[in-house]
Amino acid sequence: MPKLTINGREIEVPDGLNVLQACELAGVEIPRFCYHERLSVAGNCRMCLVEMERAPKPVASCAMPVGEGMVIKTDSPLVKKARNGVMEFLLINHPLDCPICDQGGECDLQDQAMGYGFDRSRFQENKRAVKEKYMGPLIKTIMTRCIHCTRCVRFATEVAGVEEIGALGRGEHLEISTLEHAINSELSGNLVDVCPVGALTSRPYAFTARPWELRKTNSVDVLDAVGTNVRIDTRGREVMRVLPRLNEDVNEEWLADKSRYACDGLGRQRLDRPYVRRGGKLIEASWEEAFGAIGDRLKGLPGSKIAALAGDLCDAESMLALKELMAGLKSENLDCRQDGAKLDPSQRAGYLFNTGIAGIDQADAVLLVGTNPRWEAPLINARIRKRFLTGGLRVGSIGAPLDLSYPVADLGAGPRDLAKLAKGEGDFAKVLSGAERPMIVVGMAALARPDGAAILHLVRQVADQFKMVREGWNGFNVLHSAAARVAGLDLGFVPGPDGRDTAAILDGAAKGEIEVVFLLGADEIDMGRLGDKAFVIYQGHHGDAGAHRADVILPGAAYTEKNGTYTNTEGRVQLGRLAAFPPGEAREDWTILRALSEVVGNRLPYDNLGALRQRLIAVNPVFAALDSPATADWADFGAAGTPDTAAFGAAVENYYMTDPISRASETMAKCSAELGLGPQTKATGTDG
Amino acid sequence: MLLQDKDRIFTNLYGEHDWGVKGARQRGVWDGTKAMLELGRDGIIQQIKDSQLRGRGGAGFPAGLKWSFMPKENDGRPHYLVVNADESEPGSCKDREILRNDPHRLLEGCLVAGFAMGANTCYIYIRGEYVLESQRLEAAIAEAYDAGLIGKDACGSGWPYDIYVHRGAGAYICGEETALLESLEGKKGQPRLKPPFPAAMGLYGCPTTVTNVETVAVSPEILRRGVDWWTALGRPNNTGTKIFSISGHVNKPCNVEEVMGIPLKELIETHAGGVRGGWDNLLAVIPGGSSVPCIPKPTCESILMDFDSLREAKSGLGTAAVIVMDKSTDIVAAIANLSHFYMHESCGQCTPCREGTGWMWRVMTRMVRGDADIEDIDTLLEVTYEVEGHTICALGDAAAWPIQGLIRHFRPELEKRILDFKKSGQVAAE
Repeated sequence: MPKLTINGREIEVPDGLNVLQACELAGVEIPRFCYHERLSVAGNCRMCLVEMERAPKPVASCAMPVGEGMVIKTDSPLVKKARNGVMEFLLINHPLDCPICDQGGECDLQDQAMGYGFDRSRFQENKRAVKEKYMGPLIKTIMTRCIHCTRCVRFATEVAGVEEIGALGRGEHLEISTLEHAINSELSGNLVDVCPVGALTSRPYAFTARPWELRKTNSVDVLDAVGTNVRIDTRGREVMRVLPRLNEDVNEEWLADKSRYACDGLGRQRLDRPYVRRGGKLIEASWEEAFGAIGDRLKGLPGSKIAALAGDLCDAESMLALKELMAGLKSENLDCRQDGAKLDPSQRAGYLFNTGIAGIDQADAVLLVGTNPRWEAPLINARIRKRFLTGGLRVGSIGAPLDLSYPVADLGAGPRDLAKLAKGEGDFAKVLSGAERPMIVVGMAALARPDGAAILHLVRQVADQFKMVREGWNGFNVLHSAAARVAGLDLGFVPGPDGRDTAAILDGAAKGEIEVVFLLGADEIDMGRLGDKAFVIYQGHHGDAGAHRADVILPGAAYTEKNGTYTNTEGRVQLGRLAAFPPGEAREDWTILRALSEVVGNRLPYDNLGALRQRLIAVNPVFAALDSPATADWADFGAAGTPDTAAFGAAVENYYMTDPISRASETMAKCSAELGLGPQTKATGTDG
Repeated sequence: MLLQDKDRIFTNLYGEHDWGVKGARQRGVWDGTKAMLELGRDGIIQQIKDSQLRGRGGAGFPAGLKWSFMPKENDGRPHYLVVNADESEPGSCKDREILRNDPHRLLEGCLVAGFAMGANTCYIYIRGEYVLESQRLEAAIAEAYDAGLIGKDACGSGWPYDIYVHRGAGAYICGEETALLESLEGKKGQPRLKPPFPAAMGLYGCPTTVTNVETVAVSPEILRRGVDWWTALGRPNNTGTKIFSISGHVNKPCNVEEVMGIPLKELIETHAGGVRGGWDNLLAVIPGGSSVPCIPKPTCESILMDFDSLREAKSGLGTAAVIVMDKSTDIVAAIANLSHFYMHESCGQCTPCREGTGWMWRVMTRMVRGDADIEDIDTLLEVTYEVEGHTICALGDAAAWPIQGLIRHFRPELEKRILDFKKSGQVAAE
């Protein structure tokens, strides 16, 4: 614990900090552009210069490790002069186009120029202009504004793990450049956030709003199962953009591209009024007509002929309301696993990412089974990469070959290779048995198949074989790809003792054994398998696959339009908040179900969200603990059996289109066109 | 007192004799090298420290002290000696003569210095344009291997020692020690932040010392002839001999080895045949390569050519590349030319240098015409101070100093041009 004197005040700080961090601890703010906590130190902007006793020149505080007895001054005339000088240099070639710059109002350069800039320029020469660089459909570049802090270069190289941005040329002609095609990363949107000026801005958001016009709502993302903390910026009813929010245990300060940029899908193909199918055509209807049609169809129907499926984006409240509605209808046919994953709902540890996302930082061996974390959960992949960069991490994968931005040992393609590993065969078995904190991550591609239960059992065997669950460490992890899944399992949105699961519901519907199917935002099932006899009720927010098949459409709210509870893959319960109201006649989902319950004759016993949440906690107390993943007990799960020999497929075929919102998004369509083929088969950019 | 021939180290500076190992041996190179190594690491470093040898690359840092920064114990990482032969400072051409005419002297120094640092590997980073020099060097290394002077058992000392030549690609900034290491590692030549210093984390993250060709080349001679011999030459703290490169408006431009602290006037008159048109035709001298401020004629009369006296005159010895300018020189254009050089060679990594060098050059080009206001002189001077000392490496300082020297000594000339330009009624050509 070195002791320093900062501006005459003594302070003791932890080892390994730099002077800039020490100053922050002392309550002294240091201006900076190139320094970023999560990136390597470049020390090139020179804005953070401070005076250090016995140093002949001012030192860059971001690059100077703290030492015992250092005397630092940040408010001396020397420091002020140095910073003013650097600011002047940064501004001489920076275009003064703040009025038309999208960064305006949230620009580091603008803010710091207020503190260190002159009120006029002494630079009489011509300013430099730099050609734009193409960075794909997500990032707009105005490279003349670039101050060469190289944060983007470091982010791409270090965090995203794609070496596609670099600095070309030297001196005045130094330019940040790309390979002139879209940045091949699912984290590229963060480049906009790390850029301290308006050189890299969000392309879809360009010229649409000013930060001070936006209402900011803290919420969580639902487009994957990570539970990224986000801030939703709205103007009026429109979601203008989604930005990440700091949560060290989940997303740090990053956000995946789909979650950031799919928000334009919230304004397209929306269901804004109820529809009822008459004569084969969906006709606009009132709520009464829609409820009436449902009530008529359900009248006198035994519970065994009714079924419900919950989709990937549902909040816990609406799933609970639907579950209890189904209970009132005496139906046990309900499932929240629309992909048919053979997850065992009886043991929580059997379907959670038990290690925790932050726990990855401690792992020293990772075995991936049937998962592509880069596409299923880019931020978890970034976390594994972060761990890899600190050294000593070995990663192996059973499944389709992957480019995860770090080296992965290919251990085979399917269950047979998993079984071999379970017997302790192969080199990677030695890695796992030698590891102190080994972890296994099983994805939906391994579980969402008929032999999923046997594979789950096998995975558990592997976990036991290599003692992945030990004192203070649970290395067994399920990586979900749907935000609703864990909450659905937690609240028991699964078949009752005599109920049917997803596959059986679909079969039943095709055979006519199930007559009414309620789809709560379930769009990822094969609608063809529902047959044409079943009466399908679709409640959701987008005119996607479910709505096309539906006989009655109940317009619900997207995740930005309701207060809802979501549980991420770790089992972390988080609250999403209403940022804008649903369009037209659409309503928050639980209220629709509550209203419907009166029509079908068993009124749900909650009149407000508070009461519903109380009920949620009564059903499963895990919902009471917000933002703290409960540790689940290790118990037996899965079913012993001989799995099929077929290789694991891919849970996500196209990262940019996985759900109704991203499928409706124009931006995501552009990304798919340019990058949808994915990192495995390098998409061509503008080269024709 | 001029340097006597018996005290000369670089006896083949002009390439009159055989540069190969045979000729080098006749001149005393590789004589008693094994005995030098037997002094041990500490012994060698102590002698270099006692000799007060200062680095010949420009900064004049005490060589023995620098060598002593290398870790005493080997922690498993290899130690490296990197010889900086990326001589690119405008005006300097001293290392070139060593490389092509006396390469064995350098190689012997590499062995001795490398041994003193606990290094078994030496890289010589040679300026890309030095084609002949690198060929000579490679040939000399081959000879040294064949003669067992370096290799598995260098000079029979039991110390394994390898020397590799790496050719640069022509960037001035790669002569900066950390940019040189980056370049050597195959990366873009941009200076690194210090700390960590190369002695702790240098080439490939291993302890490394980067040192100039001349420093390395003279060190065996110090050990051979003794510290007393060396310190008897020159003044305290500015000891020994130095190769001066005299160029510009002199009758006989030359490289010459002279005693440190020789009066500038004597140096020019004796070795370079005097200033073109006589001493009184002298305008100014840049005494240490393009990066140091110029000194006007009055100062040149009595100044001694060593680190400390030039420092007192607010200039520097630098690489001892004396650039002589007579009264026909457009001093403003000359300095503007240097400004252009530094703008062109700035790596662009850090703000003050990237932006400042261009700004300074642009103002300087206006100053050449006089197309400026009197206040612009002060603005320019202020800009140089904003660059100086605020950059990662010393290139920013090097770009600022010549202009500071110009304004310090030739301000009336700048003002005159501005007033003349205003009188002529010309309009700025924008």
